[in-house]
Order: sequence, then C-alpha cells, then structure tokens
Amino acid sequence: MSLDPATVRRIASLARIRLEEDEVLSLQADLNGILGWIEQLNEIDVDGIEPLTGGAQMALRLREDAVTDGGYPEKVLANAPDRQGEFFAVPKVVE
Amino acid sequence: MFDLTLVQARDALRAKQLSAVELTDAYLGAVESLNPSLNAYITITPELARRQAVAADAALATGQGGPLTGIPLAIKDLFCTEGVRTTAGSKMLDPFIPPYESTVSANLLRDGAIFLGKANMDEFAMGSSNVTSAYGAVASPWKRASCGNAVLVPGGSSGGSAAAVSARMALGATGTDTGGSIRQPASFCGIAGIKPTYGRCSRWGVVAFASSLDQAGPLGRTVEDCAILLGSMAGFDPKDSTSADRQVPDFAAACRRGVKGLRIGVPREYAMDGMPEEISALWQQGLAWLRDAGAEIVDVSLPHTKYGLATYYIVAPAEASSNLARYDGVRFGARQDGVDLQDLYERTRAAGFGPEVRRRIMIGTYVLSSGYYDAYYLRAQKIRTLILRDFTDVFAKVDALLTPTAPSAAFAQGENMDDPVKMYLNDVFTVPASMAGVPAMSVPAGLDAQGLPLGLQVIGKPFDEETVFAVSAAIERAAGFSAIPSIRAGG
Repeated sequence: MSLDPATVRRIASLARIRLEEDEVLSLQADLNGILGWIEQLNEIDVDGIEPLTGGAQMALRLREDAVTDGGYPEKVLANAPDRQGEFFAVPKVVE
Repeated sequence: MFDLTLVQARDALRAKQLSAVELTDAYLGAVESLNPSLNAYITITPELARRQAVAADAALATGQGGPLTGIPLAIKDLFCTEGVRTTAGSKMLDPFIPPYESTVSANLLRDGAIFLGKANMDEFAMGSSNVTSAYGAVASPWKRASCGNAVLVPGGSSGGSAAAVSARMALGATGTDTGGSIRQPASFCGIAGIKPTYGRCSRWGVVAFASSLDQAGPLGRTVEDCAILLGSMAGFDPKDSTSADRQVPDFAAACRRGVKGLRIGVPREYAMDGMPEEISALWQQGLAWLRDAGAEIVDVSLPHTKYGLATYYIVAPAEASSNLARYDGVRFGARQDGVDLQDLYERTRAAGFGPEVRRRIMIGTYVLSSGYYDAYYLRAQKIRTLILRDFTDVFAKVDALLTPTAPSAAFAQGENMDDPVKMYLNDVFTVPASMAGVPAMSVPAGLDAQGLPLGLQVIGKPFDEETVFAVSAAIERAAGFSAIPSIRAGG
C-alpha cells in the first residue's frame, strides 16, 4: 500500500504537525519506504492469535479511588508558556 | 583515580582512601575538558554535584553511607530531575524544568549517588546513533585504527550515557531501552549495560516514548557495576501501574554465581546472512567460554525473530504518536504562536520536533488511523504474541540465551543515514527481547579488526536478571576485555 501526497498531508493534519509543501515529497518517500518494509508482516498467519497489548504479563492493579496528590497550582503552571491566574492560556477558541 | 570501577571507588570511599569531593571534582574536571569534543552531556550541574559530594562525605564520615554514596553518575536527559532542565534531546522541551524527580533518579539519590549532569541522547530516545539530538550529535571516544579522523557514533539512544562512562566522564550512567537503546550503545562503546525485565524499574517521571516497551537500566564499566546500579534503580512503585511488586534480589551476589550446570541457548535465527565474520567468530568464542566454565550449550529456535523489527516499527511509533500528543505548546515546553489553536498546535509541533520524531509520529498516526488499525496495529500486536511465545517456549528448555548485541561495530557519523530503514536494522538483535519484555544485557567481549569494541548479548527469563548477571560476568571474566578508548580522562 503506497501513500499519495494527499494522504501524507492528511496524516500530518491528524498528527497536528504543520507540513510545508516542499516537505511532502521527501516525507512521502520516507514513509513509503518504511511501510513497504513493514509489508513483510503479511507473510505471517495470525488467525486465532490473541493480540499482546502490554509489556508486562500481569493484571493491572486496582487502587483505592482516593485523591493522593495535588493542591499545588504554582508547580503545575511553572512551565506554562502562557497563563492567566491559575489557568493555562490559549488563543480564543469560541467566538 | 579514573581507572577505578564503581565498585572499587565505592570501597575506596568507604575506606577513606578517597573523598567524595575529590572524586567528584576529578570527574567534573574530566567532563569540563572532554565535553566540548564529545558532547556527551546536554546539561552539566557542577554546583549541585559539589553540594551532593559534601553531603556524601559527611555521611561517609559517620558510617551512614548508602550503596552509592559519593559515586558520580550521568543521568540520561529522559529522566525528570527536580529543578534541573530535562530536554529529552528535543527543542520541544528546551525550557522544561521538572517540578518533580523521576522514581529511578530519586532511588539513586536516596542511595547517595552524585549527579554530574544530564546525558545527551537521540531526540525522545528515537535513534540508534545519537545524531537526532537537537543538542548536537555525541562523538564516540573510540577511533578506528586505520582512520583516526572519522568521528564514530556512540550508538543510541543512550549514546551520551555510553560515551560518558566509556570516556571516564562518569562512573556509571542511567539509560533507557525501548528497542536496544542501552544495549547497542554499550556494545559500541565497550561497556556493559542491561535492560531489565519490563516492570523492574519504575517508568514514573521518565519521558515516555513507547510505554509498553520503555525500561530504564544502567550502563557501567563492568557487569558488577551495573548490578549495583540496577539494585538501586529497581523496585516497586505504586505511581507506575506496570511496576512489578517484587523484591529486588542481590544482583551483585549473582555476578559471582558462575554458570556451572546452566543451559545456554543459541537461537539459530540470529545467524543472519551478511553478519560480519568477526561477529560470528566472537559469538562462537563466547559459547566456548561458557562451555569451558561448565555451561551446556543448546541449539534453539526463535522462529519469529526476523519479524521482530518490523513489528517494533508499528508498535513503537503507534505508542509514540499517542504519548507525544501531549506536546501541544499549552501546558509546558516550547510554543509557537498561531492564528488559532489548531495553528498553534501545528506550528509548535513542526518547530519543536526533529525529522525522525516527526516521521515516527506520522507512521504511528497512520497505523492507528481509521481503516488501517486492523491491518497494521492489531496484526503487529498478534505477531508480538508469537514473539513472546517463542521466548516462553525456549525458556522451558534453557536458562539464558547468548547472541551478538549488534550486527556491526560502531559506524561513522553520516553512514547509514540516507535511509531510515537501514538505521533501524541496527536493532535487529535487541528488539525481540524488548518485544517480549525479558531482561537482556550487553557485555564487552572483543574488538574488531579496526580495534572497535563488540558486545555479546545475554537474554534471560522474565525477572531472572540474576542469571543474566551470572552469565554476563562469566563472559566478562573469560574475555578479560581491557581495551580503553583513545579519548578518555586520565589518558
């Protein structure tokens, strides 16, 4: 399966990465190279095989549904590129 | 002083033959003089290190030292360190100063370690040569015998950690390994490094790349140095839902166990076409050493080995595309302003991520996108089941496996860089153990014709790092690897 330039632009948009027009062709070649190489996995019969979803062969633990952390907005906001009061600030999203 | 291993330095500190301040000052001097040429550190923290050294001497004076009191380490810049900038090798996190300490680095501090600074790495741990760092490539301290001018890569992604330990700019270092990022640089730099079992070290406070694969581990000059470091780094942490609630064994004691009676498997699929003759010869030599030490060598098969790498390059980018979605220029990190929120996201991410990271996010986004999920991601997860089954089956018959760590010695900067897939092939021997979550260690075992280090990889059963250490230490004793790089402190 080979990606066309429109698909490359669509993936970039889904990934929220701005793509300049002159980057499309080289990225298309790179991605198609990688995807072409991955095609070898189609040789394997995976019928009836359960997917392995995690790195650990263990059940995830449950914990008490209780607040164990928090209450320090200054620490949380210390790295914010922009803030207003105790909030992160972003460009206006609703007219 | 620079020839002391971590274990020897620890003993000298305890015997008061050496003070932590002397040792730390010597290492800070080494970092200052070598870092301009090797670029192994992104951030150096001399004031912090000296303060920690003074405290270490006070603890040693009253006999209250911990397992690592006074030992100067390099911390990969993927571990969040409270109040010390943590970049993950990316421009995206250039301004990021964590308000908290990762569990692994906090464990090292608890045990008395001294932090010299933050080690350079491939951007977001994505790379096998350390050339993708936004803070410049790391140069290996090793040189080819025939061509002293070529700058070699230290491997990646923990390339700064490996170069620092090899060049004696640290007594040990932390690394992380997602598909080989501790083992391959250890092999390239002639040092030891272990990726423990998934779940052995907490991932809390480690910048995430591929969460089902990421594991922290140590790099050291000897197998026992790594054992001591891992003993400190490991342990249950309720803040990581995949952290294993298990006792941490005495890994250093395991180094002295020997291999008598152990069954060592040789997976025939690792004998790949085109493997350099020197690497297959070293592999055979390693098996002979283990046989001489009393182990039984058994031929085994891991039939899905050749599919490990392609499976990895679906699973890891898919998880990365999800993990790296958090870098949106809103809560932390660098921001590029835009006309609206979407434009802000897109400009921030285009400016903050380098080409390899963007490529992997795009691959991950594609394989998870509607209509392609089953064909790529779900299929890859099923093949991952088959890879794990391969390991489970052979570990019913053998105690550990021996393979080469990497398909080549270190290459030069600029080589293997025209095609992403060619670079990915570096991890062909390390990725399967990552996919299965089992522990694996690289131990320096010999040199190639150019005088460059080659490592052998010992792979063990889940949570049986002790056997991995026992086998690795036996190889270390037999190999007597004593080569040191041409660029190093005290050299």
